[in-house]
Amino acid sequence: MKTLRWKLLIVLGIFAWAGWLVYPTVVYYTQYYNLSPEAKAQVPRSKYEGLRKKALNLGLDLQGGMYLILEVDKSKLTPEEAKDASDRALEVIRNRIDQWGVSEPSFQKIGEDRIMVQLPGVMDREKARALLGRTAMLEFKLLADDKTTSDLLDRIDRRVSALERGIPLGAETPAETSATAVPDTGAKKPPADTTASAVPDTGKKEPAVAETTAVPPESLAFTDTTGATSDKPFLSMIGIVGNDMAVPEDNVDSVTKLLARPEIAEAIPKGYYFAWGKTEEAGARKFRRLYLLHQEVELTGGYVTDAKVTVGQGSDPKLANKPVVLLYLNTQGAARFAQITGRNVNKRMAIILDGTVYSAPVIHERISGGSAQITGMESMDEAKELSVVLKSGALPAPVNVVEERSIGPTLGSDSIRGGMISLLIGFIIVILFMGIYYRAGGWVANLALLLNLWLMVAMLALFNATLTFPGLAGLILTVGMAVDANVLIFERMREEMRAGKSMRAAVEAGYHRSTITIIDSNLTTIIAALVLMKFGSGPIRGFAVVLTMGILASFFTAVSLTRIIFDYFVVVRGVKKLAI
Amino acid sequence: MISFFPAEPKVNFMGMRMWTYIISLALAAFAVIIFVFRGFNMGIDFTGGTLIQIHLENDADISRVRAAAAAAGLYNPEIQNFGEKHEFVIKYRESREPEEVVTAMERTLGSGVRMDRNEKVGPRIGAELRQQAILALAAGLLLMMVYIWIRFNFWFGLAAMLALFHDVTITMGIYAALGLEVTSSTIAAVLTIVGYSINDSIVISDRIRELMKNEEESQMDFKKMFKLYNLAINSTLSRTSITGSTTLMVLVAILFLAGPMIFDFALALTIGIIIGTYSSIFVVAALVLDMKGHRKRKVGSAEPKKA
Repeated sequence: MKTLRWKLLIVLGIFAWAGWLVYPTVVYYTQYYNLSPEAKAQVPRSKYEGLRKKALNLGLDLQGGMYLILEVDKSKLTPEEAKDASDRALEVIRNRIDQWGVSEPSFQKIGEDRIMVQLPGVMDREKARALLGRTAMLEFKLLADDKTTSDLLDRIDRRVSALERGIPLGAETPAETSATAVPDTGAKKPPADTTASAVPDTGKKEPAVAETTAVPPESLAFTDTTGATSDKPFLSMIGIVGNDMAVPEDNVDSVTKLLARPEIAEAIPKGYYFAWGKTEEAGARKFRRLYLLHQEVELTGGYVTDAKVTVGQGSDPKLANKPVVLLYLNTQGAARFAQITGRNVNKRMAIILDGTVYSAPVIHERISGGSAQITGMESMDEAKELSVVLKSGALPAPVNVVEERSIGPTLGSDSIRGGMISLLIGFIIVILFMGIYYRAGGWVANLALLLNLWLMVAMLALFNATLTFPGLAGLILTVGMAVDANVLIFERMREEMRAGKSMRAAVEAGYHRSTITIIDSNLTTIIAALVLMKFGSGPIRGFAVVLTMGILASFFTAVSLTRIIFDYFVVVRGVKKLAI
Repeated sequence: MISFFPAEPKVNFMGMRMWTYIISLALAAFAVIIFVFRGFNMGIDFTGGTLIQIHLENDADISRVRAAAAAAGLYNPEIQNFGEKHEFVIKYRESREPEEVVTAMERTLGSGVRMDRNEKVGPRIGAELRQQAILALAAGLLLMMVYIWIRFNFWFGLAAMLALFHDVTITMGIYAALGLEVTSSTIAAVLTIVGYSINDSIVISDRIRELMKNEEESQMDFKKMFKLYNLAINSTLSRTSITGSTTLMVLVAILFLAGPMIFDFALALTIGIIIGTYSSIFVVAALVLDMKGHRKRKVGSAEPKKA
């Protein structure tokens, strides 16, 4: 009798503790979860956050949001660089998302080169992808001088026409030295594309945008591309805009392919390579600039300390009212930048982001202020995203989205409603069935079932687990399966009583004989759940966690707890007959 | 006291085991035929591709949605009505952004197309998820087998194993026949079924073992085993059925009330639990009797007519 009292006290203690764990969940989801953002703002932040942190988490499939698996492409890294590339990538991505302001994002490295990102409540896929997928590798490189460029174009042209006529390359080589007339892309010198930043020394004031350029669109001089069989097959695909080669959008693919051919690629002098600009529009025509760059990187985005978005000023149509991102470099970067610009006055410097040239201004003078600017964005949004990624730093390697799942908030709340209704109905049906079939014993089992749910939610909250839709289904399934332990015990008790045993002996035998079977059989479900936890993805893992907790909880409630109640009636109160 | 079962049911389960084998083998053969000729409706989890779920402002016929998808330039997309008349799921293989597809479809369907869900699985991830699913199933089955092996004797382990393959094959056969989509959650359902079915078999095996305790092993002949197995199944029959029923009750509640997102998962569980319960009652002990009892047959007499 005394031990019974102690047992009862312990059980009550456990449920009180469970109640304390469940309380924040109940309060949060009944009072705060569905509040409008305005109403939420009224609630003291510390109170709200405190509740939310302690409450059970809902999976993305229930509250809506995005789930992404990113893969870090290490193929171009040296083994040394590849070592912690994923960890660094994760940090950069975390930074970017934090700056964007997503509440409760979660990040996790999976295996060697994958990163899982969960963004609850986020539905703006394009923005998320722009922020996550962009390497944001910022580089400053010098353009090849005009002579090198025009010589190379000339040489490529001769090789291309030789290829077209089927002449082996060797036969054509001698001609290479005798330069023929080429449309001289570099010789005429219109006011260059000069958007270099002459920056005040503080580096914090916004740089005065230097002046202007850009040839008005109507002067776009595309050579007729239909006459591609002329003696200038390569140049016929290329036009000129201002001082730059410009390739109409339609020709970009063929030019890229042509340049990649080994016969052509070997004509490019060592230390140089071609890079594309962004797609630009001139009237109805779309084109991309093509630059010949020095391979050597003069400066990288690693020195950037801050990035701001402003609107360009001045009369230059490329700048006026166009978004501009101002970069501020740290002391070291500023010193290097000053040195580089000082050494290369009157040359052009390309500002390259993820391999695409954003602009290529002429360096007018040594720039010592430690800031630079990027132009060429299409919209203010793009500029904002760019400033975020530049501030957070570059990813050590490109990342690709290999898996993505997003669920809208409507679908999530539909799922919650559906899940809760079926939980309630399923619970009621089972309770009625048990109560009618086993009578008093059934109601004891029902109490155990209710406390089982109670305990499960408490455990989920305690372990900070996430409730997914399959998890919710697991919760409902547990209601159906958790009665098994009691069914086993009660059926056994009925058998023992039929065999003529007293109530007390039947209770004793029922529990004693069934316990081993209950452990045995529940273990198999736990094995299945453990396998799912190991191999399953997010929602499935949620199901496995709930199933495991359900079984553990049911062992406690259906076996220990009901035993205490039976013992109380049979041993303490001396009940001789109890309907089961 | 209510009881759906007589105090001591006397069903001659062992006597009807030939029928059991015929039914089980027929179902399994049917499943294999379905696998071969119809195959599975693999979800994008395993094939790679894109899935979008759209919500239309007004009800629409599936043919209209199909036309809109074709007009949007999707080649042979898979389109399904999803629960309600204005919800549709579209699966396609092209690497096109969902937003772009939805905008293009909006032009044909008129305004009011909302994208509620989108899943995009790269082909490599698809292959990996497929591999993982197979690995999970294999690991799950293997662990169960080892567990049973340790817990019970060899013959029970083998019989329970065969019953598990039986359950999985038939469940998946029905699944394939109904054209339900196989996704990662189907694998979760299958493993849950396996755990449940084993659970049932263990209860019966435990009872057999308990009854065997009073018998001399050397005295066990085919006839005795036959009777004893029948007794064990009969005395656990009410438990097996009641637990099966309460589990089915909640599953039916999920099927009808929880919405289309979880319907397939719940249906897989429902089918599997019915099959699993059947195999625990009819198949496992029968197999043990035939495998183990066979060697004792010469000791005992002919098969008893009645339990």
